[in-house]
Amino acid sequence: MTMDETIRDVLTEHGRLAVDAGSIDETTDLFASGMTSHASVNVMLALEDAFDIEFSEKMLRKSTFESIAAIRSGVLEMKDA
Amino acid sequence: MTSITEEAPVVSDSNAVSRRMARIADEISGPAADEVDQQGRFPSETISALRAEGLLSALIPRSLGGMGASYSELSQGLVSMGRQCASSAMVVAMHHIQVASLVRHGRNDLLRNYMVELVDRQYLLASATTEVGTGGDVGSSVCAVDVAGGTFRLEKQAPVISYGRFADGILATARRSADSPENDQVLALCRPPELELEQVGEWNALGFRGTCSPGFILRASGDAAAILDDPYSDVSTQTMLPVAHILWSSLWLGIASAAIDRARRFVQAEARKRPGMTPAAALRLADATALYQQFADLLRCSVARFEDIQDDPDRLSALGFAIAMNSLKVSASTLVVDVVRQSMVICGLASYRMDTPYSLGRHLRDSIGASLMVNNDRIMGNNAQMLLVHRGE
Repeated sequence: MTMDETIRDVLTEHGRLAVDAGSIDETTDLFASGMTSHASVNVMLALEDAFDIEFSEKMLRKSTFESIAAIRSGVLEMKDA
Repeated sequence: MTSITEEAPVVSDSNAVSRRMARIADEISGPAADEVDQQGRFPSETISALRAEGLLSALIPRSLGGMGASYSELSQGLVSMGRQCASSAMVVAMHHIQVASLVRHGRNDLLRNYMVELVDRQYLLASATTEVGTGGDVGSSVCAVDVAGGTFRLEKQAPVISYGRFADGILATARRSADSPENDQVLALCRPPELELEQVGEWNALGFRGTCSPGFILRASGDAAAILDDPYSDVSTQTMLPVAHILWSSLWLGIASAAIDRARRFVQAEARKRPGMTPAAALRLADATALYQQFADLLRCSVARFEDIQDDPDRLSALGFAIAMNSLKVSASTLVVDVVRQSMVICGLASYRMDTPYSLGRHLRDSIGASLMVNNDRIMGNNAQMLLVHRGE
């Protein structure tokens, strides 16, 4: 499974989006698509588990999780860390 | 070298706002407090006095004609007001929370002009963030603004709008559009004459009776520019939550301060009757005083925490800050009840009776509201959620 597929799977399961996480554009604002801050915490936890990473304090911002592209760059940054 | 006379220094008394609020609290809010409480009536004399001194625009920057007061000044002023009349102080605090949201998130011309007008007319602003059908979660809305041709329309079933009937404008949350999910919210400034309120029910509560907070059906329309520029989630995280928790805690500290003043006077009166014998209640007063100090220092520190980062949206949005500001609300609302209760034990029946200089019935009733207005369990639930990922300081 590619990284993007994993991210989309996590969003499908935990993002509580009003749209299909499998097909949304990678720059679509997830918060404007129905992801609540509660849901974003679950997304964060599931991403940490899926990629065996731990987001640093400075990554724990709304902006890190606002789109699939933002999540991917956040995950990559943590994988490199 | 530029001349130092080029720009005359602004002669300002940094405590002017808090001193003036304290004077109004002592001279006007205090004497009316029992009547406001008993009749559950709006504290109009306090609002009129603040209006007369231009204090409803204390937070508006000088560049827009306001006083440019700091949050610590306002906090101090609210402590003084809470000491005299918690209902008055709560109305004033809620008004300033709305003004802070406008000042910090209203950048377009209409909203800036409105702020200039607010300075001139001394408008009182109220808030409609809760809604029937959301289970008390202010982070989601059922209603939506309907924007077409540059104007918006909104109808909202609000279970509570404090002093709605007395407000000159109301900031209401709603979904961004009919298609938006429940949490994609905006904040719209609703103003007469395009604002209509239909009252639903009465406000007959245990405390904060003067806030006059019944439900309303709100119907409004207006220029779409009256919708604040930033999404409500940002306004809430960066301004409404921290400012609300700071300003509420300030007036709650005022309630605690009034209670401990009575306790101290009671113990000292006892001591005067029998010099050489430390009254039994003195030890409890020492205990209550330590508690009060925790409360006062927590507030002072929290105001500084906010002021230090108030212009940094990134740091304001950090989990650690949100957790700290939520903890402030929960701690302060718990401490106020503890201090009032301890003070009642110190003063005994004199505080339980309604007609003595040590009466604390009103203070106790008001203090209990603190943990219920945005329920502490909900706030702790939010912190619990954030702590699943927070990494500590």
